Amino acid sequence: MTRVGLIRIAVIAAAFGALELACRLGFIKHQVIIPPSEMATALYGLLVSGALNADIQRTLGIIAIVIAVSIVLGFILGLVIHALPRVREAIEPFFATYYAVPIFIFYPVLIAIFGLSPIPIVLIGVATAVVAMIIATLTGLDRVPPVLTKVARVHRLGKIATALTLQLPAAAPYLFTGVKLSVSYGFIAVIAAEFILSPAGLGRDISDAYTDFNNRRMYALILFLLLIATIINSALHALDVRWAERRTGGRS
Amino acid sequence: MNAAAVPRDIHAQLSAVTRVYPGAGNQQRVAALGPIDLELYKGEFFAVVGPSGCGKSTFLDVLAGLQRPTAGTVTFEGKPVNGEVAEGIGVVFQEDASFPWLTVWDNAAFGLRRNGVREAEVRRRVDDALAFMGLKDFARAYPSQLSGGMRQRVCIARTLVLQPRLILLDEPFGALDAQTRLLMGDEVLRLWRTTGATVLLITHALDEAAMLADRVGAMSARPGRFIEIIETGWPRGRDSTIVAQAGFGEITGRLWELLRGESMKAMGHATPSAAAAE
Repeated sequence: MTRVGLIRIAVIAAAFGALELACRLGFIKHQVIIPPSEMATALYGLLVSGALNADIQRTLGIIAIVIAVSIVLGFILGLVIHALPRVREAIEPFFATYYAVPIFIFYPVLIAIFGLSPIPIVLIGVATAVVAMIIATLTGLDRVPPVLTKVARVHRLGKIATALTLQLPAAAPYLFTGVKLSVSYGFIAVIAAEFILSPAGLGRDISDAYTDFNNRRMYALILFLLLIATIINSALHALDVRWAERRTGGRS
Repeated sequence: MNAAAVPRDIHAQLSAVTRVYPGAGNQQRVAALGPIDLELYKGEFFAVVGPSGCGKSTFLDVLAGLQRPTAGTVTFEGKPVNGEVAEGIGVVFQEDASFPWLTVWDNAAFGLRRNGVREAEVRRRVDDALAFMGLKDFARAYPSQLSGGMRQRVCIARTLVLQPRLILLDEPFGALDAQTRLLMGDEVLRLWRTTGATVLLITHALDEAAMLADRVGAMSARPGRFIEIIETGWPRGRDSTIVAQAGFGEITGRLWELLRGESMKAMGHATPSAAAAE
């Protein structure tokens, strides 16, 4: 592990250690936050008992669907919009202000239409995540060096072959940024939607534990989600670094 | 100087070729090229020099089939070239056109794999091309790990494996330092001699054109036309050491004589003769 990585871990460990001490020494009341070690113990108990299995499957399943749909749909829409400059000119201002609009205000409308099923959660998740992928696709395609289009013509490649073999790999770093943002937005949207109103899921679990003043369960679930999000983002970051090293020869 | 033993079979031909870019919105149309008449002979090395913005690259694009001429005809091996790159034509661009996501070996193999060439044949041709371009030890490296000159050699290798009969080089050494350009010039001469291909080089460097080519076409300011075509008379077995010969200075001197006025026109200055008359 690099020196920077070690420092990063040390910072996190120090933060958890300070929280542990603050809780144990009574600086922070037990009713407000429980010590991290207690969170971990509670989470271990929940995982071993299998009580969370159904909710984990449901929530992570919905997140996976949201991320997959957002990435594929965002990429396709990005390609189409990039190919239609006038359409792009017309709708680009909406993208620029999209995240200034609280998309969650449409969640009740979706529940009214589709009921308390996973569909409103998927839709709100996709609505939150897809635009990041569209913007990343447009940025990526804008940055493809024009000379590659000439190279494609010299190799007599058709439009689809050009897109798949040259434009897509050339735009990949930007697309990957879109993937990372879609994963983050998808994760946040699904948990938040479940937290607001849902018959099941980890978000709903946290909401119930919060309403019942069940701090052990609530913090265990929060810790679980933090761990999952950290693992996914670390894996994506590692991939990103590896590909960036290939492209830049280790030079940033 | 010895007369170059250049066979005179016509390989590619441009007849009354012009290229006009239509003006967008309120902008005026731009006459970029022509009219141009040129015969490229099979196996010769032809260089094009001219002032900035005179239409050299447009000329190459039209000859390659990357752009349609506004008027006139282009033929390659007797067949019309009209906005599509014909089989047998290879192009190396000034910009770094290597694919950063592929290794040097995979970069070179790109065109062959796209053409569905058998893997054993791909291996043979790519290994040969990389050895020829001095990249054998870098086959598994990525372009980002190479210098600018080496990346350009990767692009040449990618063109070379397709065994083009007409190689078009669009200022491929423009971004390189002077010494590397001389050495790359030697590489290109070696490639030209070995492959027997016809080579057309676009360059802004008069010395490069004078050193490499059998014939050098001097282009006017925009719209680019050939104001004179100079035969260098170098032997086929030449290399960069000819820059020390007296004839080399004569050729570059003649080229500059032809292009000085055109370059001034391109920069918006009065020509030397007009200035003298005032």
